[in-house]
Order: sequence, then C-alpha cells, then structure tokens
Amino acid sequence: MPDTLVQPSQPFIPGTAAPGTAPDERAARRTLLEQIARLEDELSQLFCSTWPRKGFEWSVPSRGGPRMLSLGELENLRDDLAERLTGARRALSDRTYVEERHRRRIEHMLLEPEKHKWVRVSNEDIGEPGCKHWHVRPRWGVLGMLLSWWRVRISSGCPLAT
Amino acid sequence: MSGEPELTSGWVDAELAEEFPELGLDSVRVEGRPGRSPVAVRERLRGLSDRFTGAKVVHMRQDPVPWAYRVFFRQVGVDPDSDRTPVERIAVERLESGGLRSQNLLDDALVIATVETGVPVIAFDADKVGEQLGLRLSRSGERLGGEGRALSARQIVVADEDRPLSVLFGEISEEHGVTRSTRRMVLVALRVKGVPAISVEEALWTAADVLTEPP
Repeated sequence: MPDTLVQPSQPFIPGTAAPGTAPDERAARRTLLEQIARLEDELSQLFCSTWPRKGFEWSVPSRGGPRMLSLGELENLRDDLAERLTGARRALSDRTYVEERHRRRIEHMLLEPEKHKWVRVSNEDIGEPGCKHWHVRPRWGVLGMLLSWWRVRISSGCPLAT
Repeated sequence: MSGEPELTSGWVDAELAEEFPELGLDSVRVEGRPGRSPVAVRERLRGLSDRFTGAKVVHMRQDPVPWAYRVFFRQVGVDPDSDRTPVERIAVERLESGGLRSQNLLDDALVIATVETGVPVIAFDADKVGEQLGLRLSRSGERLGGEGRALSARQIVVADEDRPLSVLFGEISEEHGVTRSTRRMVLVALRVKGVPAISVEEALWTAADVLTEPP
C-alpha cells in the first residue's frame, strides 16, 4: 500500500481554482517553493549567527495561510524573504563592524587606561552574552584622579536575581 | 509488532499532492479518555523541560525536523516567526514559564510527543469523525466541522469524508475535538518534506503510549 493515498480531484467549482495551478506554471511553482525553502534555511542560519544580539527584524508577513498561494503570491513571498535576508545580513555586518571597534577599544583601554577615562564597554557592545563590562576608573578614587592613576575594572558578571 | 496501535496513512487531495508531493497525514486510533495525568507522565514532562536552554531553543530552527515544518509554514503562507510551529511554541512557552506544566493527560501526551520528535500531533474524538482522514483545500462557503465558523476558500484543512475537522496547525472543530466524554481518540500527525516517516510514526506511538499507559 502506498504511503499516501491520493484522493481524486474534487469537481471543478467556478471561481475557486488557484491562478497558480495551470500545468505550465507547475515548474515555476516548484522552483519558487525550493527558493523559499533555501531562503528560509539561510534566514535560520543567520538568526542563529546573530544570537545573542537583539534588535533584528525577522518577520515576513503571513499570507493568510495555511493555504495554497498563487504564483504571484509565491513570487512576492520569495522577494520579501530575500529582502529580509539582505536587510538582516547588512544589519549584522554593521553590528559586527561596531563590535570589532569596541573590542579594539578594550585593548587600547587595557594598554593606556589614562587615555580612556571613565569609558565603559559591556559584553553586549561586543556581541557576547552576559553582563561583564570593562570600565576605566581611577585607582583609589579622588587621589587616583589627581595623580592620573587609572585602571580598567572588569566586572565579574550578572547580578544575582533577587 | 503486537500491542502497538495500527498506523493509517490518510488521503491527500490531488491538487495539494501535486504541490507538495511528500505531504502526508498519518493517524492512529487509541482507546483512552482524557483526565488528570498520572505521576509518571508529569515526571516525564518535567524531565523534558530540563532539556531546554536558551541556546538550544535558538538553534532549534536549524534542526532538520523543526526546520522542515518552518519551511512548510512559509510555503503555505504562514509566518513561523509570528505563528510559531508547535515545537517552537512549546519551547518558547517553556522558557517563559520556566517549565512544561502538566495540563491534562491528552495535552501532556501531545506535548511529550511533539517535544521528543519535533512532529506536531493533534487529536480528535474517534467516535465523532469518519474512518478516512485526509488533507484538502476548503471549498467555497464551507464551515469548520460542518456547522462551525465559516472557512475562507482554499484553506488547507484536515477533513474526513464529509467535513473539514480542523484548519491545518490551527483551530479544531469543537464538535469533533476531544472532550470529557471521549472514549476513543484518533491522533493525527502531518508529514512534510524533510521529515522522516519514522519520526512521524514515533510521534504517534509516543502520544499513544502516554495515553494508554496504566497509571
């Protein structure tokens, strides 16, 4: 017995036929479905790459499904997914550029803290999870400020939940 | 194997089968009634709950089975980031509430099956639905369950010989869902491209096992 029993087609009801089911459109529909699957795969990979960063837009509007989309709707969906993917890639690229600058800044802060007075960089700024941060502060308070004794304090992590 | 409930493959409307050649609907009928979950089921749920971490939930969408359902959601016009796939919905609820809470035997069985396999399972009252379940597109003017709310034309529905029983991944007809008076259930799982048949079978057997296990 086959895995799936195929029920014969329903009788034709005027006005209900999908514009996308004509025989000459089948190849195009199949291609579009494959493209949508590939784009969803790339979006999923990108989503995982962005974690734990926040503020990205992933949603591609629903088409009122679950239903069979017309050829035009499939094309629009494919285009929207491609646009979302491009936008998210660009946003991630911009974000990682800024994060890289923050990482370099931490190195400079560690080398020459007196040139980065009161600067504070957090894990979030470098795209890492957790609450750790680097903060340039004077050693021994006012005395350190007066004598220009600066150092980088590294916090130990997130505060305990209360 | 004796003792295991018999798995049935449902029909798929020709138009849908042509669009999604690997689409399928499998079901299994079990004797069982809803009610409070026994301790063993509640403990199993707690054990499953411990498997979830934030990172795991984030990466879930790249696991083959959840990913296959996400793709299918997209292809039928549903945004899986707004209307999450069942396994992702359970995972996010688990993170938000801090655990998988026991609700009742049926819901717990469906959650366990879905979490363990990634395959969503739904249930109907077996005495209120026909023998042959399948997938088709709703027709113009048709109502959910025959007399429920009006369906839009060409929605994908789970149906028996006579009427649509539920919108795919959505609302189940009140008249045909499981109630306190239910004595026999039919468990249904959707097979989509990329989901191995064995995972679908496993999901149905898992849910059936939980429902029929002696307390």
